[in-house]
Amino acid sequence: MNRRVAVTSPRTAAARRRRYPATREIDEQTRLGELYMRSLLRTQFRLALFVCTVLVCVVGGLPLAFLLLPDLREADVLGIPLPWAVLAGLIYPAFVGGAWLYVRQAERNERHFADLVERR
Amino acid sequence: MSLTAVVIVMVAAVLIGAFGIRFSRTTSDFYVASRTVSPLWNASAIGGEYLSGASFLGIAGLILTYGIDMLWLPVGWTGGYLVLLVLVSAPLRRSGAYTLPDFAEARLESVAVRRTAGVLVVLIGWLYLMPQFQSAGLVLRTVTGAPVWAGGLLVALVVAVNVLSGGMRSITFVQAFQYWLKLTALALPLIFLLLVWRHDGSPGLAAQDALTWQVPLSSGKEYGLYSTYSLILATFLGTMGLPHVLVRFYTNPDGRAARRTTLVVLSLLGAFYLLPAAYGWLGRVYAPQLAGTDAVVLELPGVMIGGTLGDLLTALVTAGAFAAFLSTSSGLTVSVAGVIAQDLLGGGVRSFRIATLLAVAVPLGLALWARALPVADVVGLAFAVAASSFCPLLVLGIWWRRLTTTGALAGLFAGGGLACAAVLATIIGGPYDGVAGALVAQPAAWSVPIAFTVMVAVSFLTPHRVPPGVGRTMVRLHTPEDLDLDRGDWRPKG
Repeated sequence: MNRRVAVTSPRTAAARRRRYPATREIDEQTRLGELYMRSLLRTQFRLALFVCTVLVCVVGGLPLAFLLLPDLREADVLGIPLPWAVLAGLIYPAFVGGAWLYVRQAERNERHFADLVERR
Repeated sequence: MSLTAVVIVMVAAVLIGAFGIRFSRTTSDFYVASRTVSPLWNASAIGGEYLSGASFLGIAGLILTYGIDMLWLPVGWTGGYLVLLVLVSAPLRRSGAYTLPDFAEARLESVAVRRTAGVLVVLIGWLYLMPQFQSAGLVLRTVTGAPVWAGGLLVALVVAVNVLSGGMRSITFVQAFQYWLKLTALALPLIFLLLVWRHDGSPGLAAQDALTWQVPLSSGKEYGLYSTYSLILATFLGTMGLPHVLVRFYTNPDGRAARRTTLVVLSLLGAFYLLPAAYGWLGRVYAPQLAGTDAVVLELPGVMIGGTLGDLLTALVTAGAFAAFLSTSSGLTVSVAGVIAQDLLGGGVRSFRIATLLAVAVPLGLALWARALPVADVVGLAFAVAASSFCPLLVLGIWWRRLTTTGALAGLFAGGGLACAAVLATIIGGPYDGVAGALVAQPAAWSVPIAFTVMVAVSFLTPHRVPPGVGRTMVRLHTPEDLDLDRGDWRPKG
C-alpha cells in the first residue's frame, strides 16, 4: 500500500547531471576545479588562522597580563603561584585540547570536501 | 657509578648501530616502515629525537638561574608543535618531501632554492649540534672529573660510528624507546626528591627569591619583555623548521596520520616538560649555588639524598642525559650529512661517509673553540634561525599560490642571513649591552617579520616567476590521499 516515493525537484536532478565528475575538473585544472581547490584551501586556512589567533591572544597576552596586573602575579592556585601553575602545568593540557579540537575539525573539513568532489 | 652508566649507554648505542637490525636509510624503507608504525610509536620517536640535552638539562639550569621567565622555553618548544600541526603537518606529509630541501624543490621547482635550503639545514644542524657536544663535555666533567673536551669527543665518535654503520637512526622503535628512557630518567629521581622535600617539612623559597625569582619579568634582566616575546616567536615558529623533526613525518602513512601523530607529540612533550620546572624550583630551594650552570639535574640527587640511593639516581639521570645527547645528535647528523652528501658532494655512499665526518667534525671543533653558553640558549638561537628562514618558506609555500622562486630565495637570504649574523655575533663576541645587545641575543622578533615581508614583497614584484606547476602542487599538498586525483609525478631523490 504505502509505496515509498522519492520526492525530488527535477531542477536539482538536472543540476547534478554533470558531464564530468569533480575530480576530473580538478585534474584538468578547469575554472570549476580551481574553485573547488580554493574553497578547500580557504576553509582549512581559516581554521588554522583561527587556532593561531587564539594562540596569539593567550600566549601573547600572558606576559602582558603578568606585567600589567600585579594581582595576577601574586594570586595562588592550590598553594602554587598562578604564573607557575599556568606556565609549568595548565598550559600543556590547553595545547592538547586545542590540538584535539583542530584535528577533529580539519578531518571534518576534508570529509566535506571529499563528499563534494566525489558526488556524481 | 655514573661513569658506568655513561659507558653502558654508549656501548648499547654502538651495539645497536653495529649489530642491530640493519635497516638501510633509503626513503623507501621509511615508507615501508610507515605501514606498521602507529601514531603513538611515531610520536614517541619524534619526542625521543626532539628532547635534547637542552630539554633534559638546560631548561632546569636556566630556570634555577633566571626564574620563571625561562618557563617560556619549554612552553614554546611544545607550543611550536601546535603551530606546526595547524599550519604544516598534513600538507608537509602529503608533499612526499623527505627533507626541507626536498620540499623547497617540490614546491618552487627550483634547484637554487633547494641549494639555499640545504645550506640553511646544515647551518641550523651545526648550531644545534655544537651545544650538545659542549654540554656532554660539561656533564662528563661534573660526574667524573674528565677534561671538558672528552665528553664532546666521546659523543661525536659514537654518533659518527652509529650513523656510518647505518643503524639507530632509521629504527623508529629505538628512538621511541629513547623518549620513555628520558622520561623515566627524569621522573623517577623526581619522585624521591619530592619525598625528601616533604620529609624536610616542605621548605619554601628564600624570602628574596619569592619576591623576584618567582615573579614574572622581575629577574632584573634588561629588556625582559622584549626578550620574552622574541623567545616566544622563535620557539613557536622555529619548531617547524628543524631538519631532524621533519624527516619523522615521512614515517606517517598519510596526512591524516601526520596530524594525529602531532597531537600525540604534544601530549608526550607536555608530560615531559612538567619535570624540568620542578627540578629548577627544587634546585633554587636546596642548591641556589648551582645558578649559572646546567648541572642542577645532575647534582640535585646527590645534594638532597646522598648515599648509595643518591649515587644510583645520579647515575640514572646521567644515563638519561647521554641518551639525550646521542639521540638528538644522531638525528641531526643524519639530516645534515644527507644534505651535504646529496646537494653539495653529488651523492653516493662515499660522499655520505665524507659528509658524516664533516657533519660531526665542524660542530665538534666549534664546541671546543667557542665560549660555552648555556645549552638551552644556543639551541634557542638555532630555533631563531629556523623561524626566520624555513617558517616563512613552509607557511607561504603551503598556503599562498603567488609565492615565487625569487621571492622565496630573497626571503631565505634576508631572514636566514640576518638571523645567522646575529647568532654568530652572540656566540663569538657577546654578550653585548643595551638595546643592541637584547636585539642581537634574541633576533627572532625582528628577523621573522623581515623574512616574511621580503618573501611576500619580492613575490609581488616578480609575478612571472610563479612556478608553473603550482596548481598541481596545491592539489598534492591539500587533498586527502583517498581521493583519486592527479598529484603530479615529483618524487624525492635518493
